[in-house]
Amino acid sequence: MEVAHEVACGMGGIRTAGDLVLRMQLSKGMKINEAKKYVADKLGVQPIDLSDCAVMREIREDLDLGRPMPPDKVAKGMEAKIRIAKALDIKINSVERFMRMSGLK
Amino acid sequence: MTKFFTRMGDGSGVYMSSDDIRWDIEEGTKDAADRGKIPELTKEEMDHLYEIITMPGIVVGVDRGNEIVTTSDSGGCKITYHANIPIDRGTAVLIHEKVLGADSLDIGHIDYSYKAVKSVLHDEAAVMELTQLNSVMPVLYGSMPNLGIYTKPDGPVENWSELLPMGKIDEARAAQEEAVELAVKDMVYVAGGMYEAGADGMNIDTCGASGDADVLAALKAIEIIKEKYPDLGIEMGMAGEFILGMHGQLEYDGVRLAGLYPHKQVKLAEKAGANIFGCVVNTNSNMSLAWNLARTVTFVKACTEAAEIPVHVNVGMGVCAIPMSEMPSVDAVSRVDKALVEIGKADGL
Repeated sequence: MEVAHEVACGMGGIRTAGDLVLRMQLSKGMKINEAKKYVADKLGVQPIDLSDCAVMREIREDLDLGRPMPPDKVAKGMEAKIRIAKALDIKINSVERFMRMSGLK
Repeated sequence: MTKFFTRMGDGSGVYMSSDDIRWDIEEGTKDAADRGKIPELTKEEMDHLYEIITMPGIVVGVDRGNEIVTTSDSGGCKITYHANIPIDRGTAVLIHEKVLGADSLDIGHIDYSYKAVKSVLHDEAAVMELTQLNSVMPVLYGSMPNLGIYTKPDGPVENWSELLPMGKIDEARAAQEEAVELAVKDMVYVAGGMYEAGADGMNIDTCGASGDADVLAALKAIEIIKEKYPDLGIEMGMAGEFILGMHGQLEYDGVRLAGLYPHKQVKLAEKAGANIFGCVVNTNSNMSLAWNLARTVTFVKACTEAAEIPVHVNVGMGVCAIPMSEMPSVDAVSRVDKALVEIGKADGL
């Protein structure tokens, strides 16, 4: 059923900018349009581009924000999240923990 | 006369005439308006809903630019425990992220109750820690307040479901009040462990499954969690469309909980500090998709209009017009989604 929901109305997670928009809802309580605008402004695109996987693939590649099928030598997992925290100017709990536990902060 | 293929609330197929579909839409919105004391859908909204229900094609979708995001409840359990695929929950998160296009996922213990998680928190925390290293999307930890399992013989509190039929109202109320305090303690304890493990948020899910005391426990826990860990996101998901008055006299912020519908529930979730509210409307399996969807969208629209936080509409089997079926059809699911987003103005699912 998850596939049906995604096809009918989903942003598509890391295929686009769905994960980034969700981060703003979860951390700041932003409604959908406000969250999209925040992310779009930070990435320098229009809100409508955030659901376009052709546009977002290039942006995620340029900023190295994590992709569904990442080749070698690109950010994955925590590496991508550290970049997302910077790109969106937010604190991500797991990033903070990683910095703390690895002695980087 | 042309008839359209559509669904009943139990998922079975049915052919209905244009007049019958329009009649059900009108009756569905009237039912919601009457119960919730909220406005009915407008003529334009009912026309739009009729268009959605009668659209040709198996799958329909929202207009470009109207896409929304998704959270889950027991998301990490779906392809592991429920589908019996022998993988761990961390792998399930990566499959949802990289294959299924999810925007987030919650990991939960198979019991999906905070009371049960308490004793295995150290192991659950390790799963969260390792999952966070590999995942890019937000990962939450989810469970239910599930007040019922605090009762004897499984728990320490007298069983109000046994006391109530015996007419022991005061004792039943006292037992629920005692369970609230125990559940709050457990939810705050687990949230603390998950915060330390790097979770992006907590999903306090299926609130109200044991009635108004269950909701009170969730609200009180959220308040404490947000005070202790302001950065930790909280999603509060409901169990049903109105709060059952198993206690009947419990209040939060001066508002009696029993009998509240989604547009009033969300205001209390906001007050407690929730970041996302998961509203629920019950599906009536004897009525048509048109009736259920009109009714659901009426409640959801009132809820999103009242809300200052994002509303993620619960769209699992048997809620918010999704047919009560183990495998709801894509034609029904996609029509529900389109209506919830375009008419109900949902911020997510």
